[in-house]
Amino acid sequence: MRYSTMFVISGATALLAAGLVMPGWLTFLLTLALAKGLVVMGLLLLMRAGMVSFGQGLYYCLGAYCVGIGGDYFETQNALVLILLAVLVCGALAAVIGLLLCRYRDIFFAMFSMAFSMILYGVLIKSSSFGSSDGFNVKPPLLFGWTPGGESGPLLAYGLAVVAVTAVGIFAWHYLRSPMGYAGEAVRENEIRVEYLGISVARVIYIKYLLAASMAGLGGAITALAAGHIDPEMAYWTTSGEFVFIALMGGTGHVAGPVLGSVLFELIRTYAFQISPYTWQMILGIALLAIILYLPKGVWSLVERVTKRTAV
Amino acid sequence: MTALLETRALARTFGAVTAAADINVTINAGEIVGVIGSNGAGKTTFINMVTGYLPPSSGEILFRGKSILGKAPRQVMRAGICRSFQVAQLFPDLTVLDNVLIAYGMLKKGPLSLIRPLSTVHSIKQAKVLLEEYDIAEYLREKVVTLPQGVRKLLDIALAMIGKPQVLLLDEPTSGVAIDDKFELMDTVMRAVRSSGAAVLFVEHDMDVIARYSTRLIAFYDGRVLADGPTAKVLKDDKVQELVTGHHLEISYPKEVSHA
Repeated sequence: MRYSTMFVISGATALLAAGLVMPGWLTFLLTLALAKGLVVMGLLLLMRAGMVSFGQGLYYCLGAYCVGIGGDYFETQNALVLILLAVLVCGALAAVIGLLLCRYRDIFFAMFSMAFSMILYGVLIKSSSFGSSDGFNVKPPLLFGWTPGGESGPLLAYGLAVVAVTAVGIFAWHYLRSPMGYAGEAVRENEIRVEYLGISVARVIYIKYLLAASMAGLGGAITALAAGHIDPEMAYWTTSGEFVFIALMGGTGHVAGPVLGSVLFELIRTYAFQISPYTWQMILGIALLAIILYLPKGVWSLVERVTKRTAV
Repeated sequence: MTALLETRALARTFGAVTAAADINVTINAGEIVGVIGSNGAGKTTFINMVTGYLPPSSGEILFRGKSILGKAPRQVMRAGICRSFQVAQLFPDLTVLDNVLIAYGMLKKGPLSLIRPLSTVHSIKQAKVLLEEYDIAEYLREKVVTLPQGVRKLLDIALAMIGKPQVLLLDEPTSGVAIDDKFELMDTVMRAVRSSGAAVLFVEHDMDVIARYSTRLIAFYDGRVLADGPTAKVLKDDKVQELVTGHHLEISYPKEVSHA
C-alpha cells in the first residue's frame, strides 16, 4: 500500500477515534461538513472538466429522500442498505439525465442542471405525502442491527461519513490521476483534440456526471441519517450554489480541497450565525471574497504552499 | 499499390456555397501526397470530411475498402486515419509531457483506465522517446502556451502519430513557421513519419516544400480537383500554374516588377 494511502487511512482512523471524545455539536457539524464534502468532491470532477453544475442539489436531495422513503417502503433502518439505495437511485437518474446534459457546456450546462434540481424541488413541495415544504423525519439508522442510542446517536452517521469520505477520496484521487481523470482536463482545454485522440468527449463528461451524481447522493444520504430530517430545500438552487461556494472556498486542486472547504464553510457559518444571527450570510460572503482575492485557488492552495516550502 | 483511402464524388455545400464538389481521390499505402490550392479551394474541407469533422453533403469515403462515412472523428482515428491542424490543437495550459501522456492514456481502454495512473516511469520514458524523435524533448516540462509555433506544430503532429495511423493528414504543417525553419520542421516530420510507414497527405502553400517532399500532388481549385499526378508534372500543368500557383503572373510581369 502507498504511503499516502496509509497516511489518509491513519488520519481517518484518528478522526473516528476523535469522534468518541468530541462534543456532540462538533460531531454533528463535522458529519454535515463531510457529507457536503462528498457532494463537492463530485463537483470537483466536473469542474476539472470545465463544467460547473448548479444542480448537484438534485442528487443531494434525492439521496436524502431515498433514505427517508426507502426506509419506510422497505421497512429497514439499515444505514448501509439505505445508502446503497440512494447511490443506486442517484446513479440511475444521472444515467438518464446525463445523456442530455453531456451535450451542453458552460452556462447551458449550469442552467440545465439547475433546472432539473428545481423540478425535483417543485415536485416535492407539491407532494403532501412527503410532507410538502416541511419534509419529514427519518428513522434513526442501524448498522447490522446495532442501535446506537442516546448520545452516541450521531456517532454512527459520523463514522459512516468519515469512512465514505476516506473511501471516495482515495478513489477520486486515483481517478484524477488516471487517463479518464486527466481526460477531464483535456476536455476543458481542447475538445477537438480529445476527439482526435480517439475518445468521446460526451462519454468523458457522462462518466464524470455519473460519478458526481453518485457522490452527491451518498452525501445526501449521510446528511439525512445525521440530521434525521429531510425537506425539499435540499434540492433548492441555493443549496446547489452552496456546493459551488464550497468548491471555490476549498479549491479544486486536490480531492482534499472540497472536504477542507466544507469544514471551513460549516465552521464559519456556525460561528457567523452565533455572532450575528441576522447578517451571517454577509460574513460568509466576506470570507469567500477574501479567499477569492488572496487564495484564488482555494484554501487547499495554502496547504500546498506550506507542504512545498517544508519539502524545500 | 494498395488503395488505403478513397473518396468518391465527395461534395460539401454550405447553403448556396459549394465548398467541395466531385472529389475523387485515392491515397495508396506509403505515398507522400501534397495538396495545393488557394484559400477556399476546399483543401481543409476535404480533410475535415475525411476525418469525420464535417459530414459530406454527398459522396462516399472508403478506408481499406470499407465505408467510413458518418463516422465520428474518434472512430476515424481509431480506424487508422489521424490528422494535425492548421492551428495546432493542443492542451495549452498543460505541459508538453502532459499532452503526450494524455494522448497515450486515451488509447487505453477498460475499467482500469479509471484508476490506473497516467503518469508512470514507463509512460514518461515512452513520452520522452517520442519527443526526442520530433526534436522537442527539451520542452518536456514547458507549458504549451509558452511554446514557439514550430514546436507546437511538431507536438500537434507527434500527438497525431501516437495513434499509429496508416494515413496521416497534415493541414498546413509549416504555416506560421519561419521560412528558415520550414525545411527543418518538415525533415523532422518526414523522418518520423517514414519510419512508421504511414501514407501522408499534407496541405501546403509553399511550393518549395511541396516540390521537396511530395511524390504526388493534388491541386484544388474552387472546391474541385484540378490536377492529380506526379508532383513535377502537376506543378508544370498550365491550368495549375494559371489558377493555383500563379506562376503565369510572374511571367506576364516585367522582370524587375516581379522581383520587387
